[in-house]
Amino acid sequence: MALKANQLKVGDTHVERVAENLSRTQIVMYCGVSGDYNPLHADEVYVTQKAGYPSVFAHGMLTMGLTGKMLTNYVGDGRLTKFGVRFTNQVWPGDDLDAKATVAAIREEGGKHFVDLALSTTNQDGKEVASGSATARIDP
Amino acid sequence: MAKITFPVEAGHIMLFARAVGDTNPVYQDADAAKKTEVGSIIAPPTFPQAVAQFDPDYPLRWRPGQQWFGSGKTASGVEDRPSGGGGLHAEQHFEYHRPLRPGDVLTVETKPGNTWERESKRAGKLTFRERITEYRDQKGELVVTARSVGVTTERPVERS
Repeated sequence: MALKANQLKVGDTHVERVAENLSRTQIVMYCGVSGDYNPLHADEVYVTQKAGYPSVFAHGMLTMGLTGKMLTNYVGDGRLTKFGVRFTNQVWPGDDLDAKATVAAIREEGGKHFVDLALSTTNQDGKEVASGSATARIDP
Repeated sequence: MAKITFPVEAGHIMLFARAVGDTNPVYQDADAAKKTEVGSIIAPPTFPQAVAQFDPDYPLRWRPGQQWFGSGKTASGVEDRPSGGGGLHAEQHFEYHRPLRPGDVLTVETKPGNTWERESKRAGKLTFRERITEYRDQKGELVVTARSVGVTTERPVERS
């Protein structure tokens, strides 16, 4: 299941559709489980009449969680050693999101093998909503 | 900031995986998880952030008898709150030393990091604040380190 160093090369990519027609309900589910009940994510009345946004929008951490789903599907369970993102655009109800990992480096450190990945999650307009990087332990 | 006790629970992990739409059995099926390399249910990589549930003072949770800035009779229960809705999340970084498992009882401590400012066309003056959070297990060993950057905007972010 895990990636193998001898089968990877720099520039390899893995892409997954991680959200399709993102629903307000899924955003509310994320509120409920994460503990972040900010009305920006769940309260259309507050967000349109008070906060000045056209609609509720997803938590950055939901976008990161969706990106993480692609990542763990690619590198295997419990293999990540680092995972970081910058949130570059908001994610709105109705969005389709594709998360992509690109192999940036394959290296050996203290007898262990690692892959460094560049991450980019984009919406249906091709606009990047999160960019980042990750490192995972791989097999030789 | 006070230390928070974060009990890692199987039901919480299952609900978290549902919310991100992740059907991987390693997050919800103990029997299937036993047959995997990790050998048991583990938590998804962004799960540590759900420590907010166990922070008694977490500000983004409604509480009985207290003012809440979301809508009720009016669009906001707090009239003087600035537009833009307060802070947004700019960056999040995790370093993992081992996966979290149900039964872990974590002690979580957050310390402030750097603060900086930047001008932006889409939202005016941006103020960034960094926070470093360490998650230690029941043996006192560091299992996850998180670095979070929050941003407060001068006005709501314009859609680009």
